[in-house]
This record gives sequence, structure tokens and C-alpha cells, in this order.
Amino acid sequence: MSNIPAELKYASTHEWIRDEGDGTFTVGISEHAQELLGDMVFVELPEVGATYAAGDDCAVAESVKAASDIYAPIAGEIVAVNEDLEDAPETVNNDPYGDGWLFRIKADDASEIENLLDANGYQAVVDED
Amino acid sequence: MANRTPLYDAHVAAGAKMVDFHGWDMPLNYGSQIEEHHAVRRDAGVFDVSHMTIVDVSGDQAQAFLRYLLANDVAKLSQPGKAQYTSMLNDNGGVIDDLIVYYFDDTNYRLVVNSATRERDLGWINKVASEFEVSVKERDDFAMVALQGPNAAAKLAQILDAQQFANIDGMKPFFGKQVDQYFIATTGYTGEKGYEIIVPAAEIVSLWDALLQADVAPCGLGARDTLRLEAGMNLYGQDMDENVSPLAANMGWSVAFEPSDRDFIGRAALEAQKAAGTEKLVGLVMEERGVLRHGQKVIVDGGEGIITSGTFSPTLGFSIAMARVPQPVGDSAEVEMRKKLVKVKVVKPSFVRNGTSVL
Repeated sequence: MSNIPAELKYASTHEWIRDEGDGTFTVGISEHAQELLGDMVFVELPEVGATYAAGDDCAVAESVKAASDIYAPIAGEIVAVNEDLEDAPETVNNDPYGDGWLFRIKADDASEIENLLDANGYQAVVDED
Repeated sequence: MANRTPLYDAHVAAGAKMVDFHGWDMPLNYGSQIEEHHAVRRDAGVFDVSHMTIVDVSGDQAQAFLRYLLANDVAKLSQPGKAQYTSMLNDNGGVIDDLIVYYFDDTNYRLVVNSATRERDLGWINKVASEFEVSVKERDDFAMVALQGPNAAAKLAQILDAQQFANIDGMKPFFGKQVDQYFIATTGYTGEKGYEIIVPAAEIVSLWDALLQADVAPCGLGARDTLRLEAGMNLYGQDMDENVSPLAANMGWSVAFEPSDRDFIGRAALEAQKAAGTEKLVGLVMEERGVLRHGQKVIVDGGEGIITSGTFSPTLGFSIAMARVPQPVGDSAEVEMRKKLVKVKVVKPSFVRNGTSVL
């Protein structure tokens, strides 16, 4: 059974998003997603300062199995990326909700997060996989 | 329901992620396929290969039969236990399967063929065998593991008794020997030293448990694929199949054209292909970020080809691939990846041996 923390929001495309309380949101991929992809070998992150609309592909998680697009769950500007993943992509496998975060985005409209799934809603997506 | 090897419960107990592999429930990994890969390159790992098909061929005409059935020449084998890499071809020179044949004597041989092609292989072998005085027996009473890695011998020494180990200690590569209940061969699919061990199915669980007790890492199909690709070994169905000539699959060395009076199935087609020229299987190396994948388009001097197998190489830290391409081939190529053309190096299809890069 894969871990789905209750305090996070989720996209149906398997990203999680955490409200940092200052208008910025941290994004990563779920434990279920990293299990599906297998060992991560490269993570291609967006540029700090780049802006995206909700649903834009903004990063790539490349595993032993496949290259998989990561989508911006909400619109905004990238304010930080997890540079440690450059040398240690396996952190996404080992700690997907912690040190394996991908990027932080400053929301254009923080209310967009209400459109995302809660843990129960995401559980239903996982159950369908 | 999918077939299960006698080790199915042992895989589940070891935490395996099980997947369907050509009708068999097999372990993909036991957590991290990259860690399993490193275990084989640095220490020792064990794979369940019981899904592979073992066929014993015996009879007065066993040698004549195999000289006709197989592209390599079993008459080159004279030392008992000697193994040979070979293939079965169809009349068009396409590869029905690649396999290993063990020589016991001129009337007794053992073949180990792929699982994915089991039905077709057995059908073909039996059809050709009907013209000869031979008996063909599938040994589904056996199971098999591959113990691979630089410490494989030290691990095996912990499991066999001293007399049993002395029997195979220092055995040269590509030999097999029956030692009590074990048929132990110095073969494998990883580019490391190691053994493939065949035992009666009822005894495979205790052998597996003993290997894990000796701190041998259980390894799944994921690591098996990255290890064999680093070693430049073909995977049937991916790097070649019944529509591909062995000459276009880096298997020309395993086709014996001499002596010229030996007829074997596919010979005439191969001679014509050899005269006309064929595509070629090459290695590709991409040191920048990204992973070369099966099915990607490759452009070389001679035209357009395709990646047959591609992966991230855990040993090298960058991506490698095998590609079948038209000749001529220079020392670089372009691969279409995610809609962009990326320049890669062309090398011989062999990347890692005995733990180190051969690039």
C-alpha cells in the first residue's frame, strides 16, 4: 500500500503539492509514481524564474524504465529547484515527499490549489491504476 | 494464470515486484534494480532462470542432427562439458532462437533455449528431429539459477562441500559439469564470472535459500537486462528475431561456414546475405543526460536504423544502446530523442566486462 500523506494536495498526473504558507508551493511526485517508474537516473528540472500555466510540462523524471513528463499543478513562477537531485536522483525514490522534492512554485492564484485532489481523491486515482 | 517457477514463493518472501514475462510471473526487482546491478558487478547476485527451457538431445544421430539444426558447428566440441553459443535459423536465415549447447559425448547434448520462444522452439526442434535417429526430451523436471559476480566462486564454495567444489574449482569459462545433484556451468548473461546451476526442481528452493544465507543478492529481470546490455549480449525478440539475420545481429562469429560441406538450415540464405552485405549491430554511447531507448530512430552514414536495446548504464553512469543500422557506419550517429536529434558515439557493442568499462 503506497503512502499518501493527508496534508498534501495531488494532481491526477501523480504530482504532490505542499502549501508553504508564503504564497509558494513545493512540488514532487508521489510514492506511487516513483514505484511505477522504478529507479530514477536523471531528473531534468525547470529554470528558476520560468513561468508555467497549470498543466504545462515543466520537468522530466527519467527512470530505468521510461522518461516521464512532470506537469505544473498550478500556474506560477519557479522560485527554487532541488539541485541535490543532479547527483542523487535516487532521492526521489527513497524520500519522495521529503528530500526528493522537485521544485517550488510561486502561485499566480493560490486558490487554484482548491482544484487539486485531496488524499482520498488521489487514493481513488491510484486504485484505478 | 501465468506460469510460476518453483521459486515464486521465495521471490514474494524476498519482497519482489512480480511482473508478467512472456507468460511467467517473474521478479522485476526486489527494491532497487540499480543496487542489484551493482551487487553483480562488485560482489555476487543470483537470478531465477527456471523459466528457461532445457532440452536433452540423445541418440546415434545426435551430432548429425545438431550439425543440421544449428548455425554453429557442434563438431567443434570434443571436451566433455564444453558449451557453445549458437542459434537455430529458419530457411530465410532468420533467427528462431539463440541458445547454448552443452556437449557430453557425440550422442548426448543439452540445449538451453529461451522461455519466450519455448513452444515454437520445441515445435521446430521436434519437426527437424523427426528426420533423424534422436530422442528430444524437455527437462521441465529441472530448475535453474544464475549465480554471477566477482565473488561467485567464493559464495559457491560456502554452499558446496569441499569435494564438490574441488570438482569445479578453476573450471574454464563455457564448461558444464555434473556434480552430484548439481549441473554447474561457467556461463552467464552478465559479463561477470559466475555459474548457471541446474538442479532437480524440488531442490531449487534450498539452493536459493543457501545462496541468500551466504549474502548473495537476489536480482530481478531489471538488473538482468542492464547487465546483459552492458556486456553487449543480445536479447531475443529485441536485438534479433526470426526476421533478422545473425549477420545483422553481431552473431556472425557464432555461425560456422566452415567446413563448407556442412549443410545447416539457413546456410544458403546466409551465404547470399553475406555476399550482398547486411545491416550491422553497433553499440551507441551518449555521455550527456538522457537515456537511449528501444525503438528510437538512428541515423548513420548508410541511412536510417533503429535502437534495438537502450538503457542507462549503472556501471558507466551514462546511457548505452545497441542499434541495427545500414552500412557504412562512421564513428558517430544521430538519435531522435523526444523530437530532437542528439549526436552519439558509435562503438563495438560491448561496454563493460568484469566490472570495468571496455570503451
